[in-house]
Formats: sequence, C-alpha cells, structure tokens
Amino acid sequence: MLTLSGVTVSFGAVRALREVGFTAPAGQVTAVLGANGAGKTTLLRTISGLVRAQTGTVRFGDRDLTRQPPEAMPRLGLAHVPEGRGVITELTVEENLRLGGLGRGRRADADVLDRVFSLFPVLRERRAATAHVLSGGERQMLVIGRALMASPTLLLLDEPSLGLAPRVVAQIFDLLSGLVADAGLTVLLVEQNARSALSIAHRAVVLNLGRVVVDDDARVLADDDQLRHAYLGF
Amino acid sequence: MQQLINTALGGLTLGMVYAAFALALVLIWRSTHVVNFAQAPMAMVTTFVALEIIDHGHSYWLGFAVALAAGLVLGAVVERVVVRPVEGGPEINAVILTLGLFIVLHALASVVFGNRYRSFPAAFGIRGIDVGGTTIALTGFGIFTILAVLAVMTLLVLLFRFTDLGLRMRAAAFNQEVARLLGVRVGRMLTLGWALAALVGSLSGLLIAGGSLVSPGYMDSVVVYGFVAAVLGGLDSPVGAVVGGLFLGLSLSFVSGYVGSQLVALAALAILMAVLFLRPDGLFAPARERRV
Repeated sequence: MLTLSGVTVSFGAVRALREVGFTAPAGQVTAVLGANGAGKTTLLRTISGLVRAQTGTVRFGDRDLTRQPPEAMPRLGLAHVPEGRGVITELTVEENLRLGGLGRGRRADADVLDRVFSLFPVLRERRAATAHVLSGGERQMLVIGRALMASPTLLLLDEPSLGLAPRVVAQIFDLLSGLVADAGLTVLLVEQNARSALSIAHRAVVLNLGRVVVDDDARVLADDDQLRHAYLGF
Repeated sequence: MQQLINTALGGLTLGMVYAAFALALVLIWRSTHVVNFAQAPMAMVTTFVALEIIDHGHSYWLGFAVALAAGLVLGAVVERVVVRPVEGGPEINAVILTLGLFIVLHALASVVFGNRYRSFPAAFGIRGIDVGGTTIALTGFGIFTILAVLAVMTLLVLLFRFTDLGLRMRAAAFNQEVARLLGVRVGRMLTLGWALAALVGSLSGLLIAGGSLVSPGYMDSVVVYGFVAAVLGGLDSPVGAVVGGLFLGLSLSFVSGYVGSQLVALAALAILMAVLFLRPDGLFAPARERRV
C-alpha cells in the first residue's frame, strides 16, 4: 500500500503539487488522471525520489520513502517506468533486461528472464538487437519487462500508452491487469488516455493544477458523466 | 619496399599509442561529454612517478605498475574534486577546468620533477629486430607497445560487454536518470570511468616515454593527435577511437617518411579538417536515431 500525505512540490515559483494525499491499495491498479501539466509526472518523480518534496510524506507499506534517493527504489521493491525514452537505446534488449535485474542488489536468475520473455515473446526474438531498432510498442514492452526483472511489488507507470496504436495499448493494459491479478502487483498508472486507464483501474485519482480533485472508486468516476466531462474531457 | 614496411611498422606502433590515448578521451566523453584536455599532463605526471621509482633503483615493472595505479587514483580524484562540483552546469565549464588543470599540472611537474629532459628507460630492446639479415623498424619495445595496448583494450571490452559492473557503467554513461531508477549509483560509475580512462592514458604516456626523453611537456603533442584520432572515430565510439588512432599513426608515419617530418603536424590538421568536412560525426558514428 502506497500512501501520500500533504505532498507539496514547487519548482521556483511554480507549485507543481499542492498538499497531495491519497492511498493506492496493495494489489490494485490506481489510475492517476488529469490534463497536461496537472502534475502527474511530477507525482511519480516525487515518489521515486527524482524530485524532492518540500513538505509531506510518501510511505510504502511500513517504509518511509520521502527522503530515499532513486537508486534505493529497486531494493525497496519499487519500479518506476518513466515516460517516453525510458529504453537505453545504445544497449541491446537483453542488456536492458539484465540491467533491470541488477537493481535488486543480486543477480536476477534465469527464471525471471524466462518469465519476462514468455510475457513478451517479441523480446525473446529480438534479445540480441540494439534497442534503438525497436518500435514504440516493443520499447514499451521492454521497459515494462525491465521493471519486472527486479520483481517489484509496486510499479509506477508513466503514460505507457503514449504514441502507441490502440491495439498495442489494449495488449499492454491486458497484460498489466493480468500481472495485478496473478502476481499481486500494486500499480500506480499515470495516463492521459483516461478511458483505457479506467478500464483496468480499481481506484482513480484526478489531479487538477497540482491538487487532488477526485479520489474514488474507478467505477464511480467512469459512471459519473459530470466528473468525466469536467476533468477528463469525454 | 623495405622503407615501406618500416614506415608501416613505425606507424602501427605509434598508432597503437594514439589509439590508447584516444580511447582514454572517448571513455570520458561518452559518459560526461567532456573532452579531458588534462589527460596529457595527467599521463605525464604518472610517467614521472614511474621514472622517480626507476631512478631510485627499483625495477622498471614496479615503476610501470605504480604509474598505472597512480593514473587510476588521479583520474578518480580529478573527477571527484575538479569535475563533480561543476556537473549539471554547461559542459564547457568542465572542459575549461580540464584546461586549467593542464596548466596547473605542468607547473607542478616542473617544480617537483624539474623542467628539463630526462631519459626514460625501456623494458625491452629499442633496436630494430633482425629479419633475414635486414633490420626492420619493429623494436622489442614496439612489440611490447602493441601487445600492451591490445591487452588493455581486450580487458576493457571484456569489462564493458560481459560484466555487471561494465553494464552499469554503460547504463550510467548513456542515460543517467534511467540508470539511477534501476539502482545504478551513477556518481560512482562516473568516478570509475574517469579512473579507467586515466589508467589507459597513463599507459600511453609510459609507452611513448619508453626509450626516449621526457619533460613536463612531452605529452602535449600526443593530446592533439589523440584528440584527432578520437574525432576521426566519432568521439563516441571506442572502436572508432582505436581505428582512428591506427589510421592517424600510419598516415603520419607515411607523411613523415615520404614527404617530410616537418609536415606531420600540418598533415594531422589536414586529416582532421577533411573528416570534419566529409563526415562530421566521425568515421564510426552510429546511425542517428530518427526523431519524429
């Protein structure tokens, strides 16, 4: 269970997050929605320590993450898949995956790699290829697969659907809900694509100008036309 | 025919040293986008450390080993003390600091080791080897030079390709933020990268010095040729640095042997300009990712 309370982040005069607090329950998908610039990416970067919060705390289970550096996250069971160019394009597919396994502090065994390859057969086919030849969808699979290499308990995903064809998005979201159901993974999913995100999310948090304006069951948000129109534009 | 072979052999030996020096520059450029101009005086200082040890009656190999170790330490210290504080700012700041370090190390070396030429011993013969009655321009020390550089390159390839540490170092060089999120201690990897680069630079300093004269300025031309070799290879590519070094060594050897040794520096400039005109990303630039 991930719990934020009173998290405020400013960049100079700009308040990116204001007193943000919510709980992402264990073993569920929590979608973080909102318009561009609402603070969604900053939220993830604050949780993983890339950005430092001025006030507030971030707790994961019984651990305080607030002052932990990003390097410590894999050992704490947390994997952050950043937006866009998260693949290290100069390395091969297999090297990217191996790197993901190193984060836990011990060598990932071959079983984990096998499991990732069976989730994403295309990665097995292209294991020796340099990652810059991969398509957008393959890259997204690679960064998710790489995150899974560290056997995380909490997965932070930043816009996994960005720039992908709807069919690929559906494939990736199916896979995510499978992982949550089978492996008990906790997922915090940041998305512009609210419709897709709500289709697999249990909880939904809507950010607007750095503030939490909705924190509710995903179904409630999906069914509430007024809220959807007001914050999600559909 | 004999002159051709001798010129080629001389160029090969020299090319290996340029290759090592270019590799040292590329290792740092690749991870921090800084051209480390202080690489030359750093190698000079460690070579003088070796010379002091040898002149005090210890063996050549002890001096050699201590100089390489000193290179490792010096590289790490320079990264931590000089470069780290300006990291995150424009890269030109770090480059200017390395130029400043160039001057400081020169001055310090003149004070500590003396501003004069001193002769540096070679571990192996520096006379040409006899092949079927004729002496060719490959010396025992030349063979050692080639083998030493090849050995170091092989070790680096093994480190970067096949070990977890090498993978972490490459990840830190290519994408710091993603590497951090995957648990890589990027700062440590950068320090280690500078240390390794300085070790390779020290090796080229020792090899240039072997059987010749050293003074605080003896590496200054090598940094120019090493830089040209690195640019030939595209600055980003270790393989390119090696090929660039060999190409430059051979070209300059032929210019010196067939045209005139006073034109060597000019030839290096001409090669650099030609490459910058024809292939500005270097001969070995990786295919650029297309941004859409």
